[in-house]
Amino acid sequence: MSVLTRRQRADQLDDPDVANSLTREAWRRIRQNPLAIVGGTIIVFFVLIAVFAPMLAPFNPRSNAWFDQIRPTSIPGPSRDHWFGLDEGGRDELSRLIFGARASLMIGVLSLGIGAVAGAFFGLVAGAFGGWVDSLIMRLTDILLAVPSLLLALSVAAVIGQSQTAIVVAVAVPNIPLFARMLRSSMLGERQKDYVTSATSVGVRRRSLVMRHVVPNSLAPMLVQASLALSTAIIDAAALSFLGLGSADPGVPEWGRMLANTTRLLNVAPHLAIFPGVAILITALGFNLFGEAVREALDPKLRR
Amino acid sequence: MLQVRNLQVHFPIKKGLVFDRTVGAVRAVDGVDLTIPRSTTLGLVGESGCGKSTVGKAILRLVPLTAGTVTFDNLELSALQNEELRKARRHVQMIFQDPYASLNPRQNVESIITEPIRTHQLRTGAAVHQRVNELLDSVGLPRGAASRYPHEFSGGQRQRIGIARALAAEPDLIIADEPVSALDVSIQAQVINLLADLQEQLGLTYLLISHDLAVVRHISDTVAVMYLGAIVETAPAETLYTNPQHPYTLALLSAVPVPDPVVEDSRHRMVLQGDLPSPANPPSGCRFHTRCAYAQRRCEQERPVLRDLEPGHQVACHFAEEIAVSISATRGGDVVL
Repeated sequence: MSVLTRRQRADQLDDPDVANSLTREAWRRIRQNPLAIVGGTIIVFFVLIAVFAPMLAPFNPRSNAWFDQIRPTSIPGPSRDHWFGLDEGGRDELSRLIFGARASLMIGVLSLGIGAVAGAFFGLVAGAFGGWVDSLIMRLTDILLAVPSLLLALSVAAVIGQSQTAIVVAVAVPNIPLFARMLRSSMLGERQKDYVTSATSVGVRRRSLVMRHVVPNSLAPMLVQASLALSTAIIDAAALSFLGLGSADPGVPEWGRMLANTTRLLNVAPHLAIFPGVAILITALGFNLFGEAVREALDPKLRR
Repeated sequence: MLQVRNLQVHFPIKKGLVFDRTVGAVRAVDGVDLTIPRSTTLGLVGESGCGKSTVGKAILRLVPLTAGTVTFDNLELSALQNEELRKARRHVQMIFQDPYASLNPRQNVESIITEPIRTHQLRTGAAVHQRVNELLDSVGLPRGAASRYPHEFSGGQRQRIGIARALAAEPDLIIADEPVSALDVSIQAQVINLLADLQEQLGLTYLLISHDLAVVRHISDTVAVMYLGAIVETAPAETLYTNPQHPYTLALLSAVPVPDPVVEDSRHRMVLQGDLPSPANPPSGCRFHTRCAYAQRRCEQERPVLRDLEPGHQVACHFAEEIAVSISATRGGDVVL
């Protein structure tokens, strides 16, 4: 087998056009992974729905034109006019789901993005400077980790009021220490490696040592964590709006809240729980599958 | 000429959750003297954990020095700080053991090799690219390798990239820390010969750190044997292998197998008992007395210093002469090692 790989290597070397950077190889592995194709398709599907919601939705999601059909004991389910039925306010469920994708995806992506960027910043500072800076940042993250995220979310909502911003902050903040720790620890691991020692002995300046050598090689676990945590962020965001932390305006469609509003109507209109629930489930699954593919592509142990 | 005087590297052992207390020190290097004349090779041998790699790193100031001086030509490396040190490091470069860990996986070969050139502005403009080609030629890699990434190469090729990177800084001294021990035997010879050729062409000075006695013998002018943070014997390469004096060197050499069953059977084997003592708590007196077959009272109390047995041959043993006599008495003449 080693003879074969040696030959393949030699062949590759003879072809001047195919330089394979790690990034390119990872991308190639992602594209060949069925998990990534399924996950990616789901993600793209929901993103397209969110982007083109006004064109796709058959009705205005806030219009309660069909309120006269709502009875305390019966809410119309799927029909020819309303594919996913009506909700408890007499609005078209499908249109609300389509517009709800906007809020749900936005909150998930935004909160994770904020958490990851802020976490990466603190991790970078801790990992680059070490010493007391590192100790200080790590003790602060310990404190953040010790606060239950639900409690944090409730306090944030109490301070800035019920809004989507509250949910974004509440989902973002608990992510900060996770990302900070992850980047720091992988930077510490990379710093021990010979290529960093080598760059030091070459006389490379500290800034370029960190930014060109340590950080690029420390980002893989961050990327994996980010893509896997996206599904958690979307579920958490839905859970928080289920608990009533979202926008104070009940007309704004959002999957978590749509689910929350229907708990007491489960036996009357099960479709109102099923559709948003399935939407959350499939979206989270899509991000999870894709994240798993990213992990497989970047994991050095699985690399040929 | 590289001169190392009384080099000491002690790593503090710290305890405590918030306020670190220093509760002791690992004496990785504890008083090492080395002299390497220009354009020669010193082989530094010893078993794992004896501090030989730390000596290499200490010369480059990659670990903090506890005491001692390192002087290269007229440059006192051990006195430099910050920017001065950063600039001076160019004159001393290192080749690493693990050809997989020593190259940044996200840099292509050209970027790896040009890093020293750009950092120290040794070439500018088109001359940089020209220099990369020169370096690739001199380490025996195809020029097309420049745009490749490290994972596309075999271990031996990667080691050549590492050598090209070291040469790019135009150093005078190269510290090669186990440069071939991660390679297949067939590749080892190629890399060692490459190092020898480069020395001849460029007048390089080498400090070759290895546990492989055969490799060291092949390329070194002088060999120093290290045990638990100190040098126990240093001699011209041939002398050390044919006429070893320190009991530790005797034991090391007797562990090298000889590919001849008759000689192998008649050899005087010295098998060392026990493990290397902890450098955090080294034995009193002679560091080697806990494992030495010839240890006497004096060895426990007094630490032997390196002394000249004959010009160029130094041994740190109180009883080197007596041991030599007793061995030739029991063996009745030449010792085959």
